[in-house]
Amino acid sequence: MPLALRLEHVSFGYDHGPPALRDVDLAVERGEFVAIAGPNGGGKTTLLRLILGLERPTSGRVHVLLQRLGYLPQRAQTAIDAPLTVRELVGAGRVARSRLFGPQSRSDRDVVREAIERVGLRPQADRRLTTLSGGQQQRAFIAKALAGEPELLALDEPTTGVDVEAQEAIASLLRHLGQELGMTILYVSHEFGAVEHFVERIVLVREQIVFDGPPSALPGVWHDPSHVHA
Amino acid sequence: MLDLEFMRLAFGAGIVVGLLAPAVGFFLVQRRLSLVGDGIGHVAFAGVALGYLLDFPLVLTALVVSVLGALSIEGLRARRKTAGDQALALVFYTGIAGGVVLVSAAGALNVNLFQFLFGSILTVTRSDLAVIAGLGAGALALIGLLYRPLVAVVVDEEGARVAGLPVAPLNALTAALAAVTIALSMRVVGILLIAALMVLPVIAAARIGWSLRSTLLIGMGIGLGSVLAGITTAYYADLPPGGTTVLVAAAAVLVAEVASVVRR
Repeated sequence: MPLALRLEHVSFGYDHGPPALRDVDLAVERGEFVAIAGPNGGGKTTLLRLILGLERPTSGRVHVLLQRLGYLPQRAQTAIDAPLTVRELVGAGRVARSRLFGPQSRSDRDVVREAIERVGLRPQADRRLTTLSGGQQQRAFIAKALAGEPELLALDEPTTGVDVEAQEAIASLLRHLGQELGMTILYVSHEFGAVEHFVERIVLVREQIVFDGPPSALPGVWHDPSHVHA
Repeated sequence: MLDLEFMRLAFGAGIVVGLLAPAVGFFLVQRRLSLVGDGIGHVAFAGVALGYLLDFPLVLTALVVSVLGALSIEGLRARRKTAGDQALALVFYTGIAGGVVLVSAAGALNVNLFQFLFGSILTVTRSDLAVIAGLGAGALALIGLLYRPLVAVVVDEEGARVAGLPVAPLNALTAALAAVTIALSMRVVGILLIAALMVLPVIAAARIGWSLRSTLLIGMGIGLGSVLAGITTAYYADLPPGGTTVLVAAAAVLVAEVASVVRR
């Protein structure tokens, strides 16, 4: 399969702090579903932000070979004070793929509706986001990303604060969507127990990449990534 | 009351500002930048002072200096070199201090600055109204045309950036719209009170709205109602129109809060 992205000798540090990442090499193929795991502070989110262009590496190079990127930030929730419906949230994810000026076109409205249906929120489409459960809110944010028809979908701790059942449901949904839509998916999590049954590959990060392979090859002690030691 | 031309002009200017201020304020409030309006207002004071010094039209100099101040605040905030409140404080105090020095240099310390600080809507002229209506309608049209991308940035700024939206120009546009609103509203509620008209109707609307769009439209309705009720009350009770308008908007927040509690 052709490559989706490649990192070459990437290092990064925040201001004058210690390096968050050191000499990272990583290649991801198109259509892969990859979990990026590791302890808190290990550099998972930084790695994702470098890939998405939200941070620039101190040294090394990041090549993203796909055009359309979707992103679910950590603890995806909007900080806005006003009521926001699911349809409005998902519609916001469509703007980058539609004309900038004027109202939403009929075809954009259709894409938004399909994205809402794909994540199973059709009955809640016109409800306020804050009236939904944590798992439903995460589905709404996934729909927002889907509305942009991304080739690469990056999710940062998408299941923080939701119960195990909802975590597994979201991971299963992502695998299904990835296969159906041909998306490359990067799934950052420090508790990847729920996702390891659904991904093809796990990358463990602690300043460097300390494991990269299929979940079945993961040494037993590392199934709890808080135990990862360099 | 409407037999008097100065009252008709006051209502004309008030209608434009009543609709525009909450429409722009909506995007500031959602980005937790409610106090930006205050900061730009203080910069507008320096613009008024510059107008006195150069003998230029005061609205024009206030407009130019406000836009520059607003873009400075946004630039400092966006580069994350300075925390948002520190960027605001820097521009805020530089504006007010610069205004005092410039007014003094122009030998205009004795002029009635009160009308700019607290508004003097009853002194709006026909040419003032033409400028306020023209620029105000242009700003509202721009918000209407760019509503979707502006909302996308408000909802999730980093997600919008990753998706490829021009986030920095959209944020700069929001800042510039805030500056235009403040320069146009100086005569209606004054530099010190304009931020209130940008923020209070939006806070009230968020309590009773059922979606983002409804919140924006209700906020504009409350802004318009506040200005109309404020001017009318001020006329009959012989009160200052700017302060009265803002008190009506503050009362709307209380009413909306009660309504939201009752609805729950």
